[in-house]
Amino acid sequence: MGDIFFFVEVLVAGLLSGVMYALVALGFVLIYKASSVFNFAQGAMVFLAVLSFVGFMELGLPFWAALPVTIGMMVLVGMATERFVLRPLVSQTEETLLMATIGLAFVIEGLAQFLWGVDVRNLDLGIHDEPIGWVMDTTGMLISQLDIMAGVVAGIMVTALALLFSRTKVGRGLRAVADDHTAALSIGIPLKHIWMLVWATAGVVALVAGMLWGARSGVQFALVWVALKALPVLIIGGFTSVPGVIVAGLLVGASEKVVEVYFGPYFGGGVEVWFPYILAVLFLLIRPEGLFGEKIIRRV
Amino acid sequence: MFYREAGQFRTSYAQDTQLLPLRQDRVGMLVVLIAAVLIPFFANDYWLGAILIPWLILSLVALGQNILMGYAGQLSLGSAGFMAVGAFACYNFMLRIDGIPFVVAVVLSGVCAALVGIVFGLPSLRIRGLYLAVATLASQFFIVWALDKFGWFKNYDPSGVITAQPIVMFGHNFASPGEKYWVVLVIVVVLALLAKNMARGSVGRGWMAVRDMDVAAEVMGLSLLRTKLQAFAISSFYCGVGGALFAFAYLQTVEPSAFTIELSFRILFMVIIGGLGTIMGSFLGAGFILLMPIFLNVLVHSLFGKSVDATVASSLEQLVFGIMIILFLIYEPLGLARIWQLTKERLRLWPFRH
Repeated sequence: MGDIFFFVEVLVAGLLSGVMYALVALGFVLIYKASSVFNFAQGAMVFLAVLSFVGFMELGLPFWAALPVTIGMMVLVGMATERFVLRPLVSQTEETLLMATIGLAFVIEGLAQFLWGVDVRNLDLGIHDEPIGWVMDTTGMLISQLDIMAGVVAGIMVTALALLFSRTKVGRGLRAVADDHTAALSIGIPLKHIWMLVWATAGVVALVAGMLWGARSGVQFALVWVALKALPVLIIGGFTSVPGVIVAGLLVGASEKVVEVYFGPYFGGGVEVWFPYILAVLFLLIRPEGLFGEKIIRRV
Repeated sequence: MFYREAGQFRTSYAQDTQLLPLRQDRVGMLVVLIAAVLIPFFANDYWLGAILIPWLILSLVALGQNILMGYAGQLSLGSAGFMAVGAFACYNFMLRIDGIPFVVAVVLSGVCAALVGIVFGLPSLRIRGLYLAVATLASQFFIVWALDKFGWFKNYDPSGVITAQPIVMFGHNFASPGEKYWVVLVIVVVLALLAKNMARGSVGRGWMAVRDMDVAAEVMGLSLLRTKLQAFAISSFYCGVGGALFAFAYLQTVEPSAFTIELSFRILFMVIIGGLGTIMGSFLGAGFILLMPIFLNVLVHSLFGKSVDATVASSLEQLVFGIMIILFLIYEPLGLARIWQLTKERLRLWPFRH
């Protein structure tokens, strides 16, 4: 029986780290849906958000004050990005926009470290990253509270975003812009405001993802690389689907942990560094638009 | 006044297709080449070893990236991985084949990189654009991991670091920076000339057709399979040769983690800033990206004195890098090569206005 419990433990740990990937990927999807920009800087935004949050707390702000200040800062960063990077590049090819966001990622990473330094910091959310007692006692499985918390937060955020997209006026505007931004503009939807809003929302999503990651593994530059794992998640889930990234996040998280634990030792470990990417490539060969993505139709 | 083409007529096809049709360009190129050959007699070891050698090598790698991205339009984020293949292949050829000439080992390591490039280029047949960019990350992470984990590539060296063998050719050990510089210079010039001719020949036209509209290119009878894989193979060959030289003529001791994704990004930036789809741009871009941190360092220190923290300087450098990329994409998407071209246009009229 111990084997099955161990497998479940590995699987659950994987699923929950998958939730965190999905949270990062959610920021990508938001922006891609609304403006067809593949925002490579999302990982950097996660880093900046949580580093600033910790930084503000170190300056003496309490938790409840640091949170709105950081949110405000991320909204400003998002708006500035829209104004100074994307608006001048509007109607360029997707590749150009991708390269611009790689540049943006450098700017944000540089800015974050310039403002707050490069030290590794700890973030205490008041939730302990330790196994839940009764689960360990009854089954012997080690499942962390933080992971459960991450799952709950991700669930709330996805529901909130789904409601925002489907029920509010802004959400309808967003979907219209995503479908065809020229048409949306011509019927009077304020395109610039919508885009700024999207970038601001992505900033807030980045903060939430960053806080959960930061509480798990410390607030440090490596967060940027962890966030890169969101890319295979996106590919598998499809660039435009919110439920897609959640499913794909779980898939990537669970499979990489299972592969690492069961097959990693044959290769000396570290398999999870590249496994999601290879998985994504294999996936692309079979289904290029991802699990829930829109079918790609190309015309000459 | 001096850069005039008046009076220079092209009277045969051979003249019309020559590489440098203008006499001034030919003289200029000759001067540059002579200067490049003579530099080791004047420059000190720091300039040769820390600036000129890496500049030439990175130009070669940028050229490889440019072939794939600028000419064939396949966005790749994994060029450092192919450099790693070249570096470690070259080490193993030198190690395991007795008396193999250095140049042969370098070419063979380029071929190894090309083969790996073909494998990782296969997804490009099904996917394109952003999806391909993410797929190329797979090559980046997988290659570095494989080189790190399988001891055979490093001859089971416990430190995980390889030390490049001395470059010996014709019974002579090319040990000093000046001699290494000459070796690198010859290889880079030959390969750059080859690239220039491929780019303006039928091969390059095929790449550009695929870049501009792959479906249309296929309808016109181009084999996408052949063209795309050819671009991946040749691009990886250049990266592989660059990687081998990077290990043997520049770093000497290398570990797989020297070829991180950060290096891939830097190479990407060289191509963007230098100019997509130009040979000249690869050289200009590599020089720019290499020299800018040095320049910034000097600037920061002269502005704020010696007291500036190293981490502050490096994050400033990153900030400026990113801003430069964005500014170039917005204001001069064709890069430094375009600026150079515009300067030449102006020179034709200078000092008159019309």
